[in-house]
Amino acid sequence: MELNAFIIFIAAIFTSNILLTNFLGMCSFLSVSKEVESSIGLGMAVVFVMTITSAINYVVYHYILVPLDIIYLQYIIFIIVIAAFVQLTEMVMERFSPILYYSLGIFLPLITVNCAILGVSLFMIIRNYSFIQSVAYGAGSGLGWLLAILALAGIRQRIKEKYVPTGLVGAGLSLIITGIMALAFVGFSGIVVIQ
Amino acid sequence: MKKKEIFITSAFTQNSVWRQILGICSALAVTNLMLNSLVMGLGVIFTLALSSFTISIIRDLIPKRIRMMVQTLIIASYVIIVDLFLKAYYPEISKSLGPYVGLIITNCIIMGRAEAFAGKNAPIDSMIDGIGAGVGYTIVLLIIAFVRELFGFGSVFGIPLLGDWWTKWSIMVMAPSAFFMLAILIWIINTPKLKRG
Repeated sequence: MELNAFIIFIAAIFTSNILLTNFLGMCSFLSVSKEVESSIGLGMAVVFVMTITSAINYVVYHYILVPLDIIYLQYIIFIIVIAAFVQLTEMVMERFSPILYYSLGIFLPLITVNCAILGVSLFMIIRNYSFIQSVAYGAGSGLGWLLAILALAGIRQRIKEKYVPTGLVGAGLSLIITGIMALAFVGFSGIVVIQ
Repeated sequence: MKKKEIFITSAFTQNSVWRQILGICSALAVTNLMLNSLVMGLGVIFTLALSSFTISIIRDLIPKRIRMMVQTLIIASYVIIVDLFLKAYYPEISKSLGPYVGLIITNCIIMGRAEAFAGKNAPIDSMIDGIGAGVGYTIVLLIIAFVRELFGFGSVFGIPLLGDWWTKWSIMVMAPSAFFMLAILIWIINTPKLKRG
């Protein structure tokens, strides 16, 4: 099925949010969302890396892996591409924009192990997206992830001082908040649906 | 430490999911059906055991700086084995798990065990630790999947248990319930009175 890239972009943010419906990128989502500021930093880094790596991985997959008939190596290749790109970004950033490096740089190593990045690359292959669609999907998923972590960080900051049952402090509470958020996002599913 | 102790510690007392909140991406994603959870759990046990074993064997040969990269590549190789195996023998399950098999690579439990245990201990111990962590993870998956499948589909492992009178809770099949179920599980386990060790 041919889908408009813009529709995929919107759907990736709201209806098929990578975090709230596909559960990807939870580890860093839960650990970094204590502060709004660091959430924005990590979120921006995710948007950037996700968009670019989905483009690179698309090219690598369709123009290197498929012609050479080594599709089964896709996991290894994707991981290497992501790790190499993150490393490269870190070095370029450090050299040319120290300010940006200090605000985003510390989050970059975290991103290599963020399953959402690899997940986006795998989803785009499974769903047979074209190049434009893949980039739109990558950017949309990144923004969707940013939106989710920002919302959670905001809520967590507001309820920091409130009483919660001992067993629920930390991860348990964050998960319940995320669950309620996911429930709210189900409300968007009337707009567009991608599978 | 004795072998049995290592196993118990990594499977229960220091369970990766509820103690350290690691590897929950896939814990949430595949738990709408018990069969999927079981297959996913077995895949993780296999990958964890063998990658811990391998990493432990070559732990003195890996340069510190590229440690992570080497570990990731070792893990990825085992995940490819799991993926090809599922594709060849159980194409149906492979399809319904989708990209989540590949995402075992970025499952933080595996990396976590490699960093915390396999990098410092003997191969056999590391393997037992890996199996323990994998079993602990699988247990969590099965508990969540049991509740979700029972309420969502009225069945367990695809066998209808609750009959036709049961109104299926479609919320249990959808994403939000996974968050709630895991939260409740963590809540119960972390409640002080029940705390072990």
